[in-house]
Amino acid sequence: MSTTFPRLLLAHAAQRPNAPALREKEYGIWQALSWSQLADLVRALAHGLAQAGLQRGQHIVVVGDNRPRLSAVMLAAQSLGAIPVPLYQDAVAAEFRFPINNADIAFAVVEDQEQVDKMLELREHCPQLSRIWFDDPRGLRHYNEPGLSSLDDLIASGREHLAQQPGFFDAEVQKGEGPDVAAMFFTSGTTGNPKGVVHTHNSLIDRAQAGARFDKLTSDEEVLAYLPPAWIGQNIFSYAQWIACGYIVNCPESASTVTIDLKEIGPTYYFAPPRIFEGLLTTVMIRMEDAGMIKKWLFHHFMNLARRVGPAKMDGKPVSGLDRLHYALGQLCIYGPLRNSLGLSRVRVAYTAGEAIGPDLFSFYRSIGINLKQLYGSTETAVFVCLQPDHEARADTVGVPIDGVEIKLAPSGEILVKSPGLLKEYYKNPEATAEVLTAEGWYHTGDAGFIDASGHLKIIDRAKDVGRIMGGANDGAMFAPKYVENKLKFFPFIKEAVAFGDKRERVCAFVNIDMEAVGNWAEKRNLPYAGYTDLAQKPEVYEMIRECIEKVNADLAQDELLAGSQISRFLVLHKELDADDGEMTRTRKVKRGFINERYQVLVDALYGGKSSQYIETQVKFEDGRTGMVAADLKIVDTKTFAPARRAA
Amino acid sequence: MSEQRSDQKASGKKIGEVILDVQNISLRFGGVKALTDISFNVREHEIRAIIGPNGAGKSSMLNCINGVYQPQEGAIAFKGQTFHHMNSRQVAEMGVARTFQNLALFKGMSVVDNIMTGRNLKMKSNIFQQALRFGAAQREESEQRLVVERIIDFLEIQPYRKTAVGKMPYGLQKRVDLGRALAMEPTVLLLDEPMAGMNVEEKQDMSRFILDVNDEFGTTIVLIEHDMGVVMDISDRVVVLDYGKKIGDGTPDEVRNNEDVISAYLGTTH
Repeated sequence: MSTTFPRLLLAHAAQRPNAPALREKEYGIWQALSWSQLADLVRALAHGLAQAGLQRGQHIVVVGDNRPRLSAVMLAAQSLGAIPVPLYQDAVAAEFRFPINNADIAFAVVEDQEQVDKMLELREHCPQLSRIWFDDPRGLRHYNEPGLSSLDDLIASGREHLAQQPGFFDAEVQKGEGPDVAAMFFTSGTTGNPKGVVHTHNSLIDRAQAGARFDKLTSDEEVLAYLPPAWIGQNIFSYAQWIACGYIVNCPESASTVTIDLKEIGPTYYFAPPRIFEGLLTTVMIRMEDAGMIKKWLFHHFMNLARRVGPAKMDGKPVSGLDRLHYALGQLCIYGPLRNSLGLSRVRVAYTAGEAIGPDLFSFYRSIGINLKQLYGSTETAVFVCLQPDHEARADTVGVPIDGVEIKLAPSGEILVKSPGLLKEYYKNPEATAEVLTAEGWYHTGDAGFIDASGHLKIIDRAKDVGRIMGGANDGAMFAPKYVENKLKFFPFIKEAVAFGDKRERVCAFVNIDMEAVGNWAEKRNLPYAGYTDLAQKPEVYEMIRECIEKVNADLAQDELLAGSQISRFLVLHKELDADDGEMTRTRKVKRGFINERYQVLVDALYGGKSSQYIETQVKFEDGRTGMVAADLKIVDTKTFAPARRAA
Repeated sequence: MSEQRSDQKASGKKIGEVILDVQNISLRFGGVKALTDISFNVREHEIRAIIGPNGAGKSSMLNCINGVYQPQEGAIAFKGQTFHHMNSRQVAEMGVARTFQNLALFKGMSVVDNIMTGRNLKMKSNIFQQALRFGAAQREESEQRLVVERIIDFLEIQPYRKTAVGKMPYGLQKRVDLGRALAMEPTVLLLDEPMAGMNVEEKQDMSRFILDVNDEFGTTIVLIEHDMGVVMDISDRVVVLDYGKKIGDGTPDEVRNNEDVISAYLGTTH
């Protein structure tokens, strides 16, 4: 069956005209937009865009938070056969320059003044960018820029055009076919320019439906759209599957009200990268620290029980009658209220992806009765490659290949995927396309991993990052930086870590402390500090981080393959690694090469045996200004452990 | 920020006629001369700052405009009408709202309720109807709530809608105070040290909101401020007071280069 997003929209509008499609909280009230109202809005927008000159096959940039009217613009563009290109709303203007020029984009629809300012700033470098529309007029009253107008104006002109050419929209929708390009997503790319990943209606809809079948999603699901729309994960959950299943997508009032909105909506289908789950857990733990004696005792008592019984219960394994009774009591006292205060009481299916999730974190959510699972996929595969079935969720695997997916391993250990959801190509980049897509239709994921005994896929690291230790006691041992870093990041005190070790004698690491967790920890110990940089360099903090690292080392020593990756020296960075400074991607993945270059002196100091190193770093603030952060960083040695030998 | 500001000016912010004219005001408390023969005017849609060292008479000046103090001499003309004596309710009814240096919010009440108190003058139903939420009162409350919600949206305090004001950080309380003043839909807004006690980030936020109020609603703003940087960045014209006397009046640049002002602030002698 070949269909397109606009056709699906029209089908929903015809079959369930009054069912809600989108909700947005505005002025304190959730305002719903029904499928027929949405179709009506899309129709007006499409007419407006057509009149403004948007042609079939042209690209249009969409930048902003999750706003109903921006989703409608994407649908309107697709109705005309044009290709929406969502970009990260928190990116600085210069980061938009490449995508806009790469696809020669002349039209942009943005959320508010902040984004309009960026677009206007770009005009100098992107002269073809002729029309800019904004959703929220606040602060834009006095802007007299050519080609800048509000979405309201666009809709109004669209309605006029609609009155003149009533059949135009439906005819345009009918011209669209499944194999047409539906959207383009720029991958953040840890190196070089971003690449435009081209997806067709077929690839996105097929994967959206396959995922929906796997988890038996219906049109009754409630989803909260709060992640950046430019990320394919968000697009799949709040756009592709939204239209494929016809469920309800809720847009939060603002980024700062997400936790409140989450509680009010109570989504049934939830998706978040591990850091969100981590943040939620940290808040709970901090609040529990401040709770009264009885509550604290109840919490710890039932959480111990949950750790023991919860996961087995979720996996459908037998649990003794007494435990079951005890757990039911916990359900009443702790688990139920906790789920409710997290806003996850109605969740039927929750996914985490994008990064590895800590085993403690993962089992915490499962043990209190939230069906949290992992999935594997990327922008290039339209997300769904592997999913974990309901009773087979594991912290260290990413699930089984779903409908339509074939997986094989290259001799190098790299995972290859064949699926109907694969990208069509990288935009205007045949070399890059040829690098990842073989003639037989296999996609090179770039991830190293293997399929375990139970048929689940297990990921070790990015294939290109997997290195070798050279020289020293562990000569030739495998070095998987991400694997090590993830183990470090599973500690709530460590926000980010960067491990070095490829072609070196031993492994050293940079650590970023988590300001909230470490700040709280310091307060509890009456440890005064002036700010991030000061706190990071406290000897007590170093001591605490050293303990964390030694635990990781002890853990790594158990692993035959990775025992050589134990960390022997580390330092705590004076500033948080930040996407604005180019140190991370917008999806918060560390850019190894860049960091290596930028902090060369620190790396040299780590390997040079120094005990401290002075560094000055330029930082970019959110408003585009820059400043300097300087500090004398201490460098500390850690204990490593002899690899465990398998008993013969 | 100053760059943006000049952009805005260039793009057509219209400063209108004189809306508030302070004529030869003198105010004494017994033998203490708080203000001596002060005259200045405020034009429609402008941001007018009153600055001066501690004890210069800034708050007294604002209190005179506001009708809290009755000056012994002089008059204040508002929209062409001259007043020698005004009480604060009259002033409020004419469309002048203010915020306070030491916040006068209801600490135990939520943000919504606090801002709602600013709608008091706009409500028509009587106290009994309001108490019983009877008849017109109920409909009216929904209408007023919408106005309040728009202000909450404008000031970006949605996450705190139902939080008791006393529990909020100081910078946000200041924002609620501004919200309550805005709830009166004033034509002139008097701000008494809107940035006192704030950190840099909070000051930037507050500056932005002041500019936005001025820009979006066309509200004329008279503000007292200590932070010279902020004043110079956001105001159109500045009055400088020292020991109850006016020692300077003009654009930020003019004031910055005024010898008397420099010596009042830096204590140099010429």
